[in-house]
Amino acid sequence: MQGKDKVTEMKARHDLATTTVATHEDMNVPPHRWIAVCMGTGCTSAASTEVRQALTAEIEARGLADQVEVRRTGCFGFCAKGPIVVIHPDGTFYTHVDPADVKEIVEEHLLAGRRVERLLYHDPVSNVPIEKWNEIGFYGKQQRVLLRNCGLIDPENIHHYMERDGYRALRKVLTEMSPEQVIDEITRSGLRGRGGGGFPTGIKWKLARQTPRWPKYVICNADEGDPGAFMDRSLLEGDPHSVIEGMIIAAYAIGARYGYIYCRAEYPLAIRRLQIALEQARQQGLLGEHILGSDFSFDLYIKEGAGAFVCGEETALMASIQGERGQPWPRPPYPVVSGLWGQPSNVNNVKSYAYVPSIILQGAQWFQSIGTPGNSGTAVFALTGMVNNTGLIEVPMGITLREIIYDIGGGIPNGRKFKAVQTGGPLGGCLPEAYLDTAVDFDSLCAAGAVMGSGGMIVADETTCMVEFAKYFMKFACDESCGKCPPCRIGSMRMLETLECITAGMGTLEDLGYLRYLANGMQKGSLCALGQLAPAPVMSALRHFEDEFRAHIEERRCPAGKCRALITYEIIADLCTGCMVCARNCPSNAIKGERRQPHVIDAALCERCGLCIEVCKFNAIVVR
Amino acid sequence: MTAPNGDGGAPTVDLSLMEPVFEKYAGQPGALIPILQKAQDIYNYLPPEVLQRIAERLGLALSKVYGVATFYAQFYLERRGRHVLKLCDGTACHVKGTPALLTAIQEEYGIRPGETTPDGELTVEVVYCIGSCALAPATILDGQVMGHMRPTKLLQRLKRQMGDTSCAKERAHAGKGQGDRDESTP
Repeated sequence: MQGKDKVTEMKARHDLATTTVATHEDMNVPPHRWIAVCMGTGCTSAASTEVRQALTAEIEARGLADQVEVRRTGCFGFCAKGPIVVIHPDGTFYTHVDPADVKEIVEEHLLAGRRVERLLYHDPVSNVPIEKWNEIGFYGKQQRVLLRNCGLIDPENIHHYMERDGYRALRKVLTEMSPEQVIDEITRSGLRGRGGGGFPTGIKWKLARQTPRWPKYVICNADEGDPGAFMDRSLLEGDPHSVIEGMIIAAYAIGARYGYIYCRAEYPLAIRRLQIALEQARQQGLLGEHILGSDFSFDLYIKEGAGAFVCGEETALMASIQGERGQPWPRPPYPVVSGLWGQPSNVNNVKSYAYVPSIILQGAQWFQSIGTPGNSGTAVFALTGMVNNTGLIEVPMGITLREIIYDIGGGIPNGRKFKAVQTGGPLGGCLPEAYLDTAVDFDSLCAAGAVMGSGGMIVADETTCMVEFAKYFMKFACDESCGKCPPCRIGSMRMLETLECITAGMGTLEDLGYLRYLANGMQKGSLCALGQLAPAPVMSALRHFEDEFRAHIEERRCPAGKCRALITYEIIADLCTGCMVCARNCPSNAIKGERRQPHVIDAALCERCGLCIEVCKFNAIVVR
Repeated sequence: MTAPNGDGGAPTVDLSLMEPVFEKYAGQPGALIPILQKAQDIYNYLPPEVLQRIAERLGLALSKVYGVATFYAQFYLERRGRHVLKLCDGTACHVKGTPALLTAIQEEYGIRPGETTPDGELTVEVVYCIGSCALAPATILDGQVMGHMRPTKLLQRLKRQMGDTSCAKERAHAGKGQGDRDESTP
């Protein structure tokens, strides 16, 4: 593989995606060496800004500035190993890079031509260092269509995007295709909405085009509120132009003059990169009057959210753009008929728009060839929780949960046992081990009782209490219920109270029936998806883990050792050395004992915070 | 932004700071939320006088402005602490230990999410998912993300940031100022 960069290797691996993945040569990147430093939110939190500064300074100090480019890029996906630095054209993948490592990278790798072994990714089983990214298990089964540019281009440089075929699809649409042809191409590709609903995108566009009222709006839903999900954020941060290009094409197809990107305010980096991208697109004549010299005019604005989960629901989102409380309104009429300010509006998720340029350039047939019939294309997930390789992944539809969790995710850490995987976040469901061979696509997950959702995938291991897990999601729904319709507002509160009783050891078996009764009412009576789907995590936990609910109720016992009212902490006298560390750290002074004598925990004072377990070096404290 | 008034009572609010904001959004539909965001940037929270002024300028009922300001989690109607600690309780952080962090804070400072210590030093908030799930459990102290947090480590960081006596001495010794940000992230 010498002499080729990782992109070339990826090309060989994923022949289906060949035309989207350019080689180093046709990427037109500078012939000299370049270093990609991940500047996504994950790596930035882990000090990649400092790494980039140190690299630039070191390279300048060595007089290499004209030979080596240090490039800020979007997310590589392997956030667990950040900050990530990749040296091109070698394709060497360095993990956990600290500013202090920079000198060594420059001296060893750039000057002496020796790789810095200790910074390479080490195979968790064999501990053998692996140099190139596609040889790492995490990337092995991935297929990067949507994330094709993330980690390669500087998201704040429109020319990088253009060098990777950026805005070629827009040019093609404006010069060769009628709006109807665009809609037809998207419809035939089988693209389904990636916000979670899975509604065919082409059909939505067609309906919006057919409504004979103007102005029309295109709206991008970037209010990614699901806890444990950061797919849209990574895409906006790593490749904002792909979303913008997709929106311009959508606007051309439905006949819209203006568009909005509604992005949650918790994503300041994504908003900044979008602002830069919009400005650059305007300068290039890709937005504004007479785009690329055609008769088509379109402009795009960013609207910042203000912290309300319900605004991810399309009607609430539009209410928020209008400056009102983000409360949903009943559908029908659907937004394609009457949306923003009562006008026809097309609302799609970030990812749905970002697929569009590739589909236009490579055709519906190509997109259909990825994934499974009826579920074409890829799926992007934020893989988090109790799994070794957390991060952002892109896989072809139809891959199994087991492949994602074990082959890509590297299994469960600390030798623990898998318990459940939650897809779709607080409006999704969990699946136990028996369902690990379920194919990951809209229809299969739905049939199994979970949902595809927008892309959150959270793994729970045996230390996760499923009752507490369900309670957590209900707490979230209860906090985020907008309060407009009573089934959601009151139902979520009553469900939460019932779950709190169970985890506090005060539950009765009748509570299980009550939960089902409330869930049914919420599902049938709520106005929007938040209320209709909020009971789903509880119901799926009850379906697959009823024994855990019963243990809490009948035996007053939390099998996972998580529910504070049902557990006690104990010191094993034989293992305790009397070092006093736990006693000193205990916030409630519940640990008593003399130096060098086994200590004892006073259960009446103990708050069950777990601090003592964390600080004990001798594993002498257990939960019972 | 807020200055003490003559009799040393509650600080008054300088409403003239809002004028450039009103100018910028004049005539724009749906501008209420961006105006509230800008106001909060200026005053750090939304004082009643400011809500009143916004209602007057936009020709909206005060109840409408109040309704929007209280609907969204981003807006604060009360002054916040000098230091703000946000604990992420998104799913990934939750399963990786945010509840233990909350317990530790409550034990140490006697405040629960949304509350501020009586001395006005520290506000603690719970947020749902800051998108740093790979760093779970993640916290944000005065705008800086700190990942892989444990209760002991968090309490240490807080003490350092808030400058308790011993740490203040250390800092003086090292010749650093009080405002120094914690240099190390995970």
